[in-house]
Amino acid sequence: MDAVETRGLTRRYGPLVAVDHVSFTVRSGEIFGFLRPNGAGKSTTVKMLTGYLAPSEGTALLDGHDIVRDGLAARQRLGVVPEEANVYQDLTVWQNVMLMAELYGVPRVRRTRHGADLLALFGLDARRADKGRSLSKGLRQRLMLCMALVGEPAILFLDEPTTGLDVASARLIRETVSRMNRERGLTVFLTTHNLDEANELCHRVAIIHRGRLAAVDTPQALRSTIEARRSVEVVFTVAPAALPPVSDPGAVIETFSDGAGVRIYTSMPGAAAQEVAAWALDSGLDIESIATRAPSLEEVFLAVTGPRAEAAEARR
Amino acid sequence: MSRDHDPSVVWARQARLALVIARKDAMIYYLKAPVITFGLIFPVFFFLAFAIGRAVPPDALVPGMLAMAVFFSASAVGPLITPWERQARTYERLATSPASLEAILLGDLLAAAAFGAVVSLIPLGLGLAVTPAHVVAPGRLLAGVVLGAVAFGALGVLLAARGTDAPSEVMMLSNLVRLPLIFVSGVFVPLAELPAWSQWVGFLSPLSYCVDLVRISLGETGVFPPWVSAGALVAFAAVFVALAALLHRRRRFAGT
Repeated sequence: MDAVETRGLTRRYGPLVAVDHVSFTVRSGEIFGFLRPNGAGKSTTVKMLTGYLAPSEGTALLDGHDIVRDGLAARQRLGVVPEEANVYQDLTVWQNVMLMAELYGVPRVRRTRHGADLLALFGLDARRADKGRSLSKGLRQRLMLCMALVGEPAILFLDEPTTGLDVASARLIRETVSRMNRERGLTVFLTTHNLDEANELCHRVAIIHRGRLAAVDTPQALRSTIEARRSVEVVFTVAPAALPPVSDPGAVIETFSDGAGVRIYTSMPGAAAQEVAAWALDSGLDIESIATRAPSLEEVFLAVTGPRAEAAEARR
Repeated sequence: MSRDHDPSVVWARQARLALVIARKDAMIYYLKAPVITFGLIFPVFFFLAFAIGRAVPPDALVPGMLAMAVFFSASAVGPLITPWERQARTYERLATSPASLEAILLGDLLAAAAFGAVVSLIPLGLGLAVTPAHVVAPGRLLAGVVLGAVAFGALGVLLAARGTDAPSEVMMLSNLVRLPLIFVSGVFVPLAELPAWSQWVGFLSPLSYCVDLVRISLGETGVFPPWVSAGALVAFAAVFVALAALLHRRRRFAGT
């Protein structure tokens, strides 16, 4: 059974369609990334999936339970870390965690043990008696994760979990989520605009643009959809007098580092690398480094949501 | 039928969650020295401001003072809880938890009612200690205080359901609704002695029924039979909570 399944999920605010017939599935045990530019309908989608907002149309099933018609059972399976820190400021770290455990019906002995384990895991055990208001943003975010995980969820919703955090907190959160996914099979629905994070963590990613689903696939497969953005990067010890010849007629060449570096965008970066190396040998040029590059997720994202994509959309 | 859908399991679980939410409210919003002090001092001083200088026997002041204490303490904080939580973005956490909307509202109501009932013991003790007033019908006194606290707590829950995240706006609305009720509910002057039009308005106020039950319990004459007052307070509470749930659902659907 899929952990999350949406069918034609739609949300309208008057004439504005914030989410437009979005359908996708998240498999059990998967880390699913939800990428978006601002205002693309990402937050609205997450609010519908977590039962905070009613859809105007369509359905969402969480672990087989309809989030509207069977909301209590569906929400019992969720852990949610909303975008902004929202721990109870007047409760201590421990009280915040225990409150959530009680809301999820975790029995006393188990919640005490599990809560203590989570605080230790996220480096908060020394702060357990401190009020929520005394925590830094990074520590609050760690506490939010403890609060989301203490209910032993099957699906964890993380909304921009590392935005604005210190490096140590961001790394700890990424590593812990990744480990829980590997070791316990926790399904994670991660919304982020941090493409490196999505690339590092996610098994599959969806890109939502203007309320519509623009693409869903593995990061590797999405990158391969824009073959033309594959490239080879060569850095010479001194800038060559001329650009290296490349047999691919569709190749685009640009220079960097005052002409000492050459980047060739081509669908055949391996062949281009060999050609450049042979040309450098013939020309008596020394190569400092040479590397082929797949397009980044950022480039995929721009290709899917950028001006060209919008022009294509308008033409359709 | 799975345990997720067994009505008795669901009801028991939601009732337990309401208690969890009530305890959370008590810890965060009610058990604070300024709130307790305000809950006590405001009704007492407000009442004395109207009573002093009038030729009224001291024991006749007790029912009004007690009802005011229940009214103000039970409805003082409740209207602000949801706006505070929306503003602090903790409400989203509650709404996405397995607690139903009804459990959240019931939890808020229980905390408000418990606070109102407990705080009112102090003016009651004070009134019984320093005036000749005495309780002739403890059951009716208990019903007046407890059911009154429930109805006023429910009024707070309804006021909190207004679609705003700004506590100041809710505070204004809350005072706009609560203060006029004092003057038409037989607090200062028994309902029977008010002009006919005022009595009819008083019938629409839950405070009237609370005051009436308390008056009867302290040996004074009431306007309504006790069962009518008790029933009216329960009905007010039910209507207020149902309206609050409707407003919350509407807001959730509208996405505001």
